[in-house]
Amino acid sequence: MGLLSSSVSIKRYYVEGKIQESPLGFIKRGLIKYSFKETEDTHSETILGWTSFNNHFLPDFENTAFVLGDRFLFSLRIDKKNISSKIIKKYLYFETIKRLKESGRRYLAAEEKKLVKEHVLSLLLLRVPAVPNVYDVVWNYEKSMVYLFSNNKSVNEDFETLFQRSFNSHLIKIFPYSEAEILSGMSDQERDHLPNLSLTRFTE
Amino acid sequence: MLDPSISYYRYAFLGCEFLTWLWYSVSSSHINKILNKGDSLEIGNKIVFERKTNDSIEKITIKGKEPDIEEGFVSLKKGSVVKEINLIYISGEKEWSFTVNGENLSLSNIKTPDVGFIESKDDVDGFALEKFFLFDVLFSLLDDLFGKFIKIRVSDKWFGVVSDIKKWIHS
Repeated sequence: MGLLSSSVSIKRYYVEGKIQESPLGFIKRGLIKYSFKETEDTHSETILGWTSFNNHFLPDFENTAFVLGDRFLFSLRIDKKNISSKIIKKYLYFETIKRLKESGRRYLAAEEKKLVKEHVLSLLLLRVPAVPNVYDVVWNYEKSMVYLFSNNKSVNEDFETLFQRSFNSHLIKIFPYSEAEILSGMSDQERDHLPNLSLTRFTE
Repeated sequence: MLDPSISYYRYAFLGCEFLTWLWYSVSSSHINKILNKGDSLEIGNKIVFERKTNDSIEKITIKGKEPDIEEGFVSLKKGSVVKEINLIYISGEKEWSFTVNGENLSLSNIKTPDVGFIESKDDVDGFALEKFFLFDVLFSLLDDLFGKFIKIRVSDKWFGVVSDIKKWIHS
């Protein structure tokens, strides 16, 4: 789901602090360093990185613009390998049979079972192609606001971690309390009352 | 600022109270005093209520073009809070529809006014810029409404508002 879709979901973040040098160069370096690296030869279940808004499969922050108007526009690509539990069960069965036959024993020890499972998963992860998912990101640097086009908890967490690593900037999720503190335009006096608030009951 | 990992859960009720206040404000037309002249805000096709009991969470979803307000009142009387609400915002000829989640104030199912079609690659930047503008309008509206709510919420005016909301629920 992305910026150009007809129906979108958006998670907002406030970026704490400002970049000390030219933001354009700094952000470009972060995007290049943590850009998505295409590889099928991996045992990892998840591969992620930044990619270009205009070309999700070939990130090129060196030669293509990632600035539009007064914002930075790029995308987060997360490739995931999904292996059905039924497939794992099938390969685990055959691998266990093979090991038992080789050793001449009737059962595998708990530790051996664990190792067999890891071996099977590792082999399957090499064979299964990862499914690419792309989530657009808009960064309004002047307003210190970042918009991620997904409300999925796991995607949000992956994004927060990669953002922090890439730009050395801490993100604050916008939720009721942070919205009140950061975006509501309250006076200091009004803000002092916030921590003392407790739940209102509308029942009689 | 409080640690977000603490304030997120401890004050999640503020978002649900905001949505209850918003629903009341729309239903009682108080919202017209808050919005710009000529703009309007309507309840859309979905309201989700949640009630926490000792060991379980009861969730009630009212769906449809004109959600059954009476059923919503019954939920509120039982002690539920508004967890999610779908809204329609109209400004001039333009119409936005979106769903606000009370716990985290995230927006989903956002549909902006039409911005035409992308016929060639050259149209993408203009289309994206137009989308930025339309999303900004929505977030400005949300920030403005939440700002109005929270300023009342931390003041003594809140007691009067709660009394009005209770009367509205039991009317």
